Amino acid sequence: MNSRAHEFEIVIVGAGPAGLAAACAAAENGKRVAVLDDTPWLGGQIWRGEQAQPAQPGAQKWIERFRRSGATLIDQTSVIASPRPGVLTAEHPSGGREIRFQKLILATGARELLLPFPGWMLPGVVAAGGLQVLAKHGWPVAGKKVVVAGTGPLLLAVADGLKKYGAHVVSTAEQAPLARVAGFGLKLLLAHPGKILQGLGIKSRLLGVPQRFGVWPVRAEGDRQVRSVTLTDGQKTWTEDCDLLACGFNLVPNVELPLALSCELCDGFVRVDKWQATSVENIYCAGEPTGIGGVDCALAEGRIAGLAAAGRKDEARQLFAGRARWHRFRAAMAETFALRPEVKTLAADDTIFCRCEDATFGRVKQFSNWRDAKLQTRCGMGACQGRTCGAAARVVLGFGMESVRPPVLPARILSLLTISSDSTTIAETKITGTNQTL
Amino acid sequence: MADSVQLRINGRMIAVPGGTVLAAAIAAAGVTQFRRSVSGQPRTPVCGMGVCMECRVTINGQAQRRSCQTLCEPGMEVQTDE
Repeated sequence: MNSRAHEFEIVIVGAGPAGLAAACAAAENGKRVAVLDDTPWLGGQIWRGEQAQPAQPGAQKWIERFRRSGATLIDQTSVIASPRPGVLTAEHPSGGREIRFQKLILATGARELLLPFPGWMLPGVVAAGGLQVLAKHGWPVAGKKVVVAGTGPLLLAVADGLKKYGAHVVSTAEQAPLARVAGFGLKLLLAHPGKILQGLGIKSRLLGVPQRFGVWPVRAEGDRQVRSVTLTDGQKTWTEDCDLLACGFNLVPNVELPLALSCELCDGFVRVDKWQATSVENIYCAGEPTGIGGVDCALAEGRIAGLAAAGRKDEARQLFAGRARWHRFRAAMAETFALRPEVKTLAADDTIFCRCEDATFGRVKQFSNWRDAKLQTRCGMGACQGRTCGAAARVVLGFGMESVRPPVLPARILSLLTISSDSTTIAETKITGTNQTL
Repeated sequence: MADSVQLRINGRMIAVPGGTVLAAAIAAAGVTQFRRSVSGQPRTPVCGMGVCMECRVTINGQAQRRSCQTLCEPGMEVQTDE
């Protein structure tokens, strides 16, 4: 594909479960649909590796259905700006692209919440789901001692996955207390028996691996490489040797693009109505950006968004009851894996808080809001544009979320130049601040 | 899995199975530093999902590419901060 503009009736950003479900719904109803994704593969992060090595029937079903739907896939393409309504500016390794839409569905997914603690920047300390997806794509974990820590329903699945790839899982440490997780399991059993069977399968495969609840990491140690992690249950602390520490504190939504498009948020998530429509006309949002609900919730929301955008509201309405069930599941998950206050106070003054700019916690905490902290310490000003430390600052320091300025992701000047050659995009992209330096 | 793919990482030819993500190939090649942080610390991939930017390397002369979101291709020339 070259850099000339591409035009579609419905454009979807993100090829994860929500995006695929939306694309199928819209394309099967005769709309000209395109799905844009950062990566070279289908299925988003949760179904990563399914294309190369099919393992989950649910994922396979949707990937096949998408291939038959007639929707266009524009992969390895990151959206960097929306210079004017109905237009997205995007970057592919080969150059810039301009994509025009009548309706847009944002299915940008979620990322892991990474909380800083002493030693968290050591090589070998990896996000929990992050290590799982890397292992699926060939990251060497066989024979490595791994401690899996943090919180969320993903932790045990990660431990299970790593074991499958030959890792020696030393232990798992879930910060939520056992009673709360057990209560969640009971609710699941009543409402979604399928989920509990999945969970029991994982449990049985993890027999022999100590699974601790109400336990969290306090520091990682090693010289150029993590060698051990110190854990606590609030009473006693102990140290476990490891070659890898897989640590994630559940998920946070990717709301940068919705914010850049002026979509309103509510409690940190994109506000949508019953049709999954955002506060901005012709822009819809589905899946994790509207609330961390998991694969089935994302599929339900994506399908409703796709149908609504395609003008099939009667069909969409029939899916409301199903979505409501998953929204109850979503609320129960948020309650179960709520962070205990102790994990918000792990960073020491000399702990690196912003990994891009190496700003320490001691410096960042001197400021009362994100904007001042950014201006004075450069935290959040580096390549990840505050996706990592900004999310941590909201949890640890209670900072609010600031507006997002284009480019939404670091982009090459060349990409912007390619696009500007046949339009006025570059002048209108309003590149400001230091974000342009990459 | 597809056939093996040969690429050059920090001047050394290595072969990996098709479908391997570049970050994994770099780790498998024994590289212990993908990126040097602004204060000189060694860094390796963290989020695995294209968000944290710790996996950035130079691919075929193009700097700042995310190795965790890039599949290995035959003949790729990859340079880390090592």
